[in-house]
Amino acid sequence: MSNREWPLWEVFIRSKQGLNHKHVGSLRAADAEMAVENARDVYTRRSEGISIWVVESKDIYASDPSDADSMFEPSDTKIYRHPTFYDVPDGISHM
Amino acid sequence: MNAHFEYILRIGDDSLILGQRLGEWCGHGPILEEDIAMTNISLDLIGQATSLLNHAGALEGEGRDGDKLAFLRYERDFKNIVLVELPNGDFGMTMMRQFLFDAFRKPFYEALQKSTDLQLSAIAEKSLKETKYHLKHSSEWVIRLGDGTEESHNRIQESLDILWRYANELFFMDEVDQQMIEKGIGIDLNTIKVIWDVNVKAVLEEATLTIPTNNWKFEGGRKGLHSEHLGYILADMQYIQRAYPNMEW
Repeated sequence: MSNREWPLWEVFIRSKQGLNHKHVGSLRAADAEMAVENARDVYTRRSEGISIWVVESKDIYASDPSDADSMFEPSDTKIYRHPTFYDVPDGISHM
Repeated sequence: MNAHFEYILRIGDDSLILGQRLGEWCGHGPILEEDIAMTNISLDLIGQATSLLNHAGALEGEGRDGDKLAFLRYERDFKNIVLVELPNGDFGMTMMRQFLFDAFRKPFYEALQKSTDLQLSAIAEKSLKETKYHLKHSSEWVIRLGDGTEESHNRIQESLDILWRYANELFFMDEVDQQMIEKGIGIDLNTIKVIWDVNVKAVLEEATLTIPTNNWKFEGGRKGLHSEHLGYILADMQYIQRAYPNMEW
């Protein structure tokens, strides 16, 4: 495969008030240093954030969308997994 | 001659003309991210020029603001160094020109923060943050292109050979600078040159590039003597304002 494109990187930005980095998009860059600079130029022009993470797209292992039903639907009908399913008995003040 | 006005004008014109040159890359960058990076830098420089030329106009006291200074002067009244008016060339040429300029501007703005002209020191403090990023960006590219493929190395070496002759003008000083230094407004550029020499040498070495030994040094920009390029830049930049006087967006 002849690939003359630079590797693809996924960009995650944490906003000033945020606790987590959110995925904002992707870009191409030759190496990690360039990827961070490009992310700064492309994704923080309007003060979107104060911290940047870049990860090569090839390093992200994602779940297969065609497996979504077996991966995620079973938990929809398991209400006993939620704390609100349970009544706290009288007399217990701190639970 | 109002030395204070001249001094600020020189700094403002450097930013303005270089900003204008970088703007020419808009829509023509080698890749999207660099198109945005170069136009970001262009906007930063034009922003600096706006503050500086407004300040200069106020010092001149003849009713000229930044806009009038930018759009209604002719070539001989521009005091930028010739380095910033040279054609963009290829991406490597633009990055090399930017690097030589940024490596000067960072220590220059750092020192200017102590100027007794409080307006100037405030502009320097704000601009320094932008300049630190510009320098990082251009240094990284000079290193990658220099220590890159055979083609990129040869091309950027050629750019360095051409631009080196114009770099010395960054450190040009005359009676204007002398007066400003005496008043604590300006800085002795010899101290900046020492820092510039060290940083430039380090980056060029990492880029496996050879520093030219051509000793011919260009001068004249600070006195309004420019290359033929400035005329074309101004024709582009000033056309609308001259064709439709007092036009506003």
